[in-house]
Amino acid sequence: MLGKTANGLYWMYRYMERAENTARLIETGQRIALTRLNQTDDEWASVLQSADCLGGFKAEHDEMSRDLAVDWMLRSKDNPSSIISSVNAARQNARLVRTAITGDVWEAINSAYMSLKKALARKVSERDLPSVLRLIRHHAALVRGVTHGTMLRNEIYDFARLGTFLERADNTARILDVKYYVLLPSARSVGTSLDNVQWETILRSVSARGGFRMEYGAGGGPREIADFLILDKRMPRSLAFCVSKLCDNLGYLADEGGDAGLPSRQKVGALENGLLSKTIDDIFDHGLHEFLQDTLKEITSISRQIEEDFRFYA
Amino acid sequence: MVEKTVFDEMWGQDEQLRAPYQDFHAWFDQEDPKRLRAKNREAEDLFRLTGITFNVYGRAEAEERLIPFDIIPRIISGSEWAKLSRGIEQRVRAINAFLHDIYHTQEIVKAGRIPKEMISQNEAFLDKMIGVDVPGGVYTHIVGIDLVCTGPGEFYVLEDNARTPSGVSYMLENRETMLQMFPELFSKNRVQSVQQYPIDLRRSLAACAPRMTDGDPTVAVLTPGIYNSAYFEHAFLADQMGVELVEGHDLRVVDGRVAMRTTRGYKPIDVLYRRVDDDFLDPLNFNPESQLGVPGIMDVYRAGGITIANAPGTGISDDKAIYSYMPDIVEFYTGERPLLQNVPTWRCSEPDALAYVLDNLEDLVVKEVHGSGGYGMLIGPTATKKDLAAFRRKLKARPKNYIAQPTLSLSTVPIFSKAGLTPRHVDLRPYVLVSPDGIKITPGGLTRVALKKGSLVVNSSQGGGTKDTWVLEE
Repeated sequence: MLGKTANGLYWMYRYMERAENTARLIETGQRIALTRLNQTDDEWASVLQSADCLGGFKAEHDEMSRDLAVDWMLRSKDNPSSIISSVNAARQNARLVRTAITGDVWEAINSAYMSLKKALARKVSERDLPSVLRLIRHHAALVRGVTHGTMLRNEIYDFARLGTFLERADNTARILDVKYYVLLPSARSVGTSLDNVQWETILRSVSARGGFRMEYGAGGGPREIADFLILDKRMPRSLAFCVSKLCDNLGYLADEGGDAGLPSRQKVGALENGLLSKTIDDIFDHGLHEFLQDTLKEITSISRQIEEDFRFYA
Repeated sequence: MVEKTVFDEMWGQDEQLRAPYQDFHAWFDQEDPKRLRAKNREAEDLFRLTGITFNVYGRAEAEERLIPFDIIPRIISGSEWAKLSRGIEQRVRAINAFLHDIYHTQEIVKAGRIPKEMISQNEAFLDKMIGVDVPGGVYTHIVGIDLVCTGPGEFYVLEDNARTPSGVSYMLENRETMLQMFPELFSKNRVQSVQQYPIDLRRSLAACAPRMTDGDPTVAVLTPGIYNSAYFEHAFLADQMGVELVEGHDLRVVDGRVAMRTTRGYKPIDVLYRRVDDDFLDPLNFNPESQLGVPGIMDVYRAGGITIANAPGTGISDDKAIYSYMPDIVEFYTGERPLLQNVPTWRCSEPDALAYVLDNLEDLVVKEVHGSGGYGMLIGPTATKKDLAAFRRKLKARPKNYIAQPTLSLSTVPIFSKAGLTPRHVDLRPYVLVSPDGIKITPGGLTRVALKKGSLVVNSSQGGGTKDTWVLEE
């Protein structure tokens, strides 16, 4: 496969994953605004921070408001991570790798682009927001579905998966990092409704609320939430899950290429071992914030290594 | 003047439904126009979804447009096609022989059939190709011959496309769309299939691999990139052939071969189907500014390390000045009378011809020798006084740049409009594959249709549409 094609596949799936994550973050922000526990617009700053686009927002806007924040994340062409920018970039990459993906995948991504371009042509009113967000999730699910259902399990698929899980690991780590203080035992004021809302927020922003309740019933506090999102391999957005998938796919690529010592495979293996050898208490003892910062750095370094190992650019 | 003698391919000259259209018309008569209109819209959605679009140059945001598709097929009988194919094959054979000759001993010049300066001073003649023995002796692996019809079985060649003819993806997708929308039509009519084209193309290219190829040849399609107007077609063909789609920056010369950068290192390419013009192919040998090509590919090519399809320098054979010599070229190399007719052509470089053209400008079509895409051309009968005056000045200033032809009365085929069936002018571009194994012509081709009433310009960049082209089984 061409290095350029691997690059295109990787980014196509990173951007699709990003669009979906951003939609979920907007939904969470909107939910908090509606609970009216928070009278200021501070929460939107933390939502933007989770989506890694607060800096860009501040460069363009002097004030913070719900409308501005939502528009920035949904439709802004100045924000490279906005949903419209992500879907554009995903489709542009899909065009680049048109020969590597199936017709079904191309049609799914092209129809996502066409219908979101239309839905996001004008400012989205508060009333229309839920249906627009649903549309985004729906299209992301469709692309994922046809990917599973129609693509050969070969190196093409491996690069698609690498993009998906690298983006997802990055997203989960960032959401946890923006909110890490809520999960610290010292900041805990047990049972207050504010705490409960904050915890719910974290779970919702990674679509883990249902899973968590299934596992812990009405119980479970910050320690369990952190454990669930960092170390639980059954949870498809946890760091442990994403990292194990990266291990698998890089493992297949290393095997096919006959290169057991592939540097990116080594790096992700080390990250997985680090996660497997820890309990959540170890992580808290070491410092949750420090742990998450280290993990984010590691993810970035793995991404660079993948680009190098598979000759994305040179 | 044009309208009086127009031949309609469905209705003939005397309003009698012609034989190839009989089954189709019986079906059409039974159909509810509302349903057909809905189908027409459905076809458009289908094209958008599959991404069969072309990019429009010169826009801030790369805009993607559809080429309008008309649901009424253009139908050609099997016998008519058989006759046409013989003419096309003869012409393509002659073109290849001509190219070999002018890049070697130039017998045709020695025989006085073509003036020397027509070759040596032609911008499309590539010195770098002199004496090069191309793999398999094939210069034009893919040819598109533009034909117009003026009466029953009367076809003229309007233009030969021997560089990188485009549009074949529309031939395939138009058929696919028709099959999806009106499957019943294909059980009633025995239409010859076109779907084998991509496989034929791959086989044909592989058969032209250089001698040093080991095992199954590696074929790749070279595209200028996703912003090129025909990018969809490049991706489509690579996909359908199951080969890599590469850009210049994916390639480099490694150990005397042109190789592509894969996730596991550089892999040599045997046959490169390039959709990049000669000038941009190799910055070391041609345009040094080019970012689209591969530095040094011409040196590898001349050493027999790769097949470039079509060969560099084939442009001279589809040059509009050379076009006027095509009847001589066919006779010279095949020893036969040309089966396909050329449109009579005045070479404005010749003083007598120029005088005639200037005197009769309002009845003629004037074309730039190196122009394409319907740009830079004058259609006398529909031109304004101002246009005519402007062209007179241009002709006098640079006569060598122009040829002139009579305005042919192009045939029409009906399109499906709000008013029902309405005649519109069409042309036809069949696609021809050439390899040492022989010449293969896909039955059908691309029918382009001028959607504006009375218009003769079928180019998609200027408001033309396309139709599915049927060749019936005999």
